[in-house]
Amino acid sequence: MSNLKLQECHIKSIHDICDSYKNDPGDLIKILHSAQTHFGYLPESVQRVIAKRLKISVAKVYGVVTFYSFFTMTPKGRHAISVCMGTACYVRGAEKVVDEFKKQLNIKVGGVTEDGKFSLDSLRCVGACGLAPVVLIGEKVYGRVEPGQVKEILDSYTD
Amino acid sequence: MAQYKMHLLVCGGTGCRASESEQIVENLKSEIKNLGLENDAQVVTTGCFGFCEKGPIVKIIPDNTFYTQVKKEDCAEIIREHVLKGRKVSRLLYEDPETQKHIEDSKHMGFYQKQMRIALRNCGFIDPENVDEYIARDGYAALGKILSEMTPEEAIDILKKSGLRGRGGGGFPTGLKWEIASKNKADQKYVVCNADEGDPGAFMDRSILEGDPHSIIEAMAICGYCIGASKGIVYIRAEYPLAIKRLKVAARQAREYGLLGEQILGSDFSFDIELRYGAGAFVCGEETALIHSMEGLRGEPTVKPPFPAEKGYLGKPTNVNNVETFANVPAIYLKGTEWYSSIGTEKSKGTKVFALAGKINNVGLIEVPMGITLREVIYEIGGGIKDGKKFKAVQTGGPSGGCLTEKHLDTPIDFDNLIAAGSMMGSGGMIVMDEDDCMVSVAKFYLEFTVEESCGKCAPCRIGNKRLHEMLEKITSGKGVPEDIEYLKNLSRVIKDTSLCGLGQTSPNPVLSTIENFYDEYLAHVTERICPAGSCKALKLYTIIADKCTGCTACVRACPVDAITGEKRQPHVIDPDKCIRCGACYEKCKFTAIHVQ
Repeated sequence: MSNLKLQECHIKSIHDICDSYKNDPGDLIKILHSAQTHFGYLPESVQRVIAKRLKISVAKVYGVVTFYSFFTMTPKGRHAISVCMGTACYVRGAEKVVDEFKKQLNIKVGGVTEDGKFSLDSLRCVGACGLAPVVLIGEKVYGRVEPGQVKEILDSYTD
Repeated sequence: MAQYKMHLLVCGGTGCRASESEQIVENLKSEIKNLGLENDAQVVTTGCFGFCEKGPIVKIIPDNTFYTQVKKEDCAEIIREHVLKGRKVSRLLYEDPETQKHIEDSKHMGFYQKQMRIALRNCGFIDPENVDEYIARDGYAALGKILSEMTPEEAIDILKKSGLRGRGGGGFPTGLKWEIASKNKADQKYVVCNADEGDPGAFMDRSILEGDPHSIIEAMAICGYCIGASKGIVYIRAEYPLAIKRLKVAARQAREYGLLGEQILGSDFSFDIELRYGAGAFVCGEETALIHSMEGLRGEPTVKPPFPAEKGYLGKPTNVNNVETFANVPAIYLKGTEWYSSIGTEKSKGTKVFALAGKINNVGLIEVPMGITLREVIYEIGGGIKDGKKFKAVQTGGPSGGCLTEKHLDTPIDFDNLIAAGSMMGSGGMIVMDEDDCMVSVAKFYLEFTVEESCGKCAPCRIGNKRLHEMLEKITSGKGVPEDIEYLKNLSRVIKDTSLCGLGQTSPNPVLSTIENFYDEYLAHVTERICPAGSCKALKLYTIIADKCTGCTACVRACPVDAITGEKRQPHVIDPDKCIRCGACYEKCKFTAIHVQ
């Protein structure tokens, strides 16, 4: 698990987030959403600070973080690739697209490339079934993706 | 809206935005400005038209011109030709796949002819970020009528008489649900809108929230009045940023107009809503799990009773309805129960929205009266199977549902008929499959989903589904034996009977229904070790057609495991025991001499 060494300013940002929800444990999920937006992921150190601030156990925070697929404890790549594996995309060949990404990037689903450039995930239905199979990279949506286009798509990210 | 001669409606749903519809709006506007037509034509960003297959869509009213697959480069032409000169740009018009003629008026498109739009009545007509447009289409009139003319009991009675049933999957009568919540006394009650649409392949709730957010707010307020709640919560997926944004805009506008907040429309009734975000857990579609998630906990279900109507959010009586259910409510109050109950079948009234997807020509969002047949949906609205392939099955009800086949094509679709056919309505995903789809793999796909989404609280669901998945994996990788089919059936029944919540109680349905309808296909996997659809890689059988083989040896060089032998210029053979089914020979052969089964 990747952990983040927290600096004073980081702790302050977490406290600010918690305070904005009046440190109410009932708003834990909202707080985690905000914290993940801020840090990009939710490492153990961040969870500890949240738990302390809300006066609940770290186990409870960890339990919630690991329950929901939206929360992640590993940082994403600079370009987060999500391949839709909803049923509509599946029957239109999304599996082959995922396999091609895995092959090209040499990582598994859920993994990050060594240089931190790309991370690969699958997600369930973005609701753009007319464009199936769909791939999201960052906020950009690629529709009707075929395995043959994967390399070209990856090559277009030069930074 | 009266001062303009023409309105250009551009779909601003997620699907079309992915194809740069925002840029289209910009380009249309700037071209209008260039030509000085600002007083004649107005560009409106609307919700989803439903015809996602051919997006981005630009519709022009009053003449109902329906331009499909519009590109940003086409905008200048549309304005110059259509708006300025009154000539339609025929190359962008929808082309009827049968007659190959361009259709001038969208009312004549097969996709729309059989549809009846109640829940989607405003999607694709109004600007969802403008409350005045909603009001112009009788928005908030139902709320006004109820607050000024009816007691909560009278209002609930109307809903009961309408026959509306919950659209989230279960089909529980909505009026009855409201009545139960209204009778439980408490100092605080809650109205919850379940917008955690987790069924992969279903996107009706998202489209309604994106295209007509005010209808949900209005219906929630009506519900609040009926059950005696002053607080509403929309539990929405964080993965739907556009729907969240539009809902927030709508709530703000409603507050400004006094349609939310204290003493709504001068009555004694006060009501407001807030948003809670889901974080990606399918089980949160279940009421009790959803409520736990709203409380900041793991979204695990608990045993019912107590039902949320007695003890729900923070222990208070809570009424949970799904987005589409709410979207129907204002229309029922405005047009009356007689009108509503005249639509549909005896026990399923009204319409249902389906997300039509998969191997079908017209992927999109459709709303049809209950009782329509699958054949009408697939062939008339959906335009038939893609690439002229043969229809095999349609999966309804998502991971909790089952498959319907050729023999069900003429069954009227409603809650009860679908259950009788071994599937269910679910939230309305309808995935069409053709002859190339292996039904064992499809069942495996759904189980993979369930295994991932099972919350782990009860053993039958946590362990049982995992075992089902392993067994299906074994069969699709060619290691199955005939006894496995019986094992799958038995285990499925145990999981259904003993799981705690709706997720586990329905998760084996895809397995049972595919075994029931495609028994021969399972049998072929475990006895002959072949996949009739040719989709399971491990079960593919590669052979060389002797008549076509020239003995060029290209395949011998391509084969990584030396499974192909033969003399030069003589037909070759593949040793099936050595073959690893990689397909390299198939790709290399220039004479289509390799046959794959």
